[in-house]
Amino acid sequence: MSQGTRAPRTVIIGCGRVGAELAGRLCGAGHEVTIIDAFTEAFARLPETFTGQAIRGDGTDEDVLRRAGTEGADFFFALTEGDNRNVLAAQLAAESLSVQNVVAKINDPVRADAYAALGIATICRTRMMVDALGTHVGLPRDLTAHGVKRATGRHHADHDTDRGEAAPAGAAELAGATSGTSAGAGA
Amino acid sequence: MYVIVVGGGKVGYYLTKELLSAGHELVLLEKDGRRARQIADEVGSIVLNRDGCEGKHLEEAGANRAAIVCAVTGDDEDNLVVCQMAKHHFDVPRTIARVNNPRNEQLFRHLGVDEIISPTRMALAAIEQDIPVHELLHLAQLQGGEVELLEAQIDSSSPLIGQRPSDVHLPEGCSLFGVIRGDSAQSLRPDTVFEAGDKVLALARADCEVELRRQLIGDHVPEAARS
Repeated sequence: MSQGTRAPRTVIIGCGRVGAELAGRLCGAGHEVTIIDAFTEAFARLPETFTGQAIRGDGTDEDVLRRAGTEGADFFFALTEGDNRNVLAAQLAAESLSVQNVVAKINDPVRADAYAALGIATICRTRMMVDALGTHVGLPRDLTAHGVKRATGRHHADHDTDRGEAAPAGAAELAGATSGTSAGAGA
Repeated sequence: MYVIVVGGGKVGYYLTKELLSAGHELVLLEKDGRRARQIADEVGSIVLNRDGCEGKHLEEAGANRAAIVCAVTGDDEDNLVVCQMAKHHFDVPRTIARVNNPRNEQLFRHLGVDEIISPTRMALAAIEQDIPVHELLHLAQLQGGEVELLEAQIDSSSPLIGQRPSDVHLPEGCSLFGVIRGDSAQSLRPDTVFEAGDKVLALARADCEVELRRQLIGDHVPEAARS
């Protein structure tokens, strides 16, 4: 997927504190970053280190994601305030736009576990903060609460294969069909 | 049959009333407290002031024994999450989602939602029948959307003019089966010759639409789009 010394391309939806901060840091590390938010005011949070592209739009809209160059991106982070919006955007990126490395912020721990089992890597602020504060008062540390929870399950009902080296057949078909349509529309 | 309806907007409200009067057992989940009380005043204690996207609340509502979960909120993302949680967490046999952005339909089906209701698509289809901008009308979706019943309006620039059915080579899974000429509908015969003004009826797999359009309508820009 990565060819030679090409800079990694990252798409972020949600320019809140986390999205803005991460975007700046990734730019500093040489990533080519596109960040999407529904409100232009949100881009005021972007730090000076940010050198990427900021797009106003709905991050759960496939057309907006396409315009932001999500197809062919190396990383996709769904970091809006809404768990469900993140879930939808992450699945659009993974299934319709064939991004291999997708992470969704899901603050509801139950939903975070459920979606990890459905094949979406998740990060859960609630569990991380609860564990950090618990550790602070002397409770034992729960290592599973930290970092990105990797996708444990298969991607969804139609897939028999686990997400491994090869993209599941269903995803490839869908990606093929959609990219065909976009080529037609672009002509 | 036990049905869980999520979302107490206009659709959820009328759906609940219809299902109740048809004698079904059901629960309506509405996360807005005021709206939930308003509906409960009318239909009684079957309204729960809960967010149906939360697994915990679906469980309390008895998702384990529901035959159908129907997510009809105004937000596609919420409807998707409700259906996925119902399907994969509670093994609900049939999930139905309202989809507002037509572009999401394919993804939702792909992710295991059993039935899609698309108000946008329905309005669009109704409008297309009056103003044939696209010259390829969607008359109906069959087999959960995998197969479409289409009507192609043949004008003088169509590659179909002068052809017989045996001259047309459609992709696998597509077929022409009838033509409306003047006021009469007729089934296709081997000696039918297509003419301008015909409306050709076709059954097609949804993913063949582009190819079907090319063969029946041609590559030209529709007149309505030019003006």
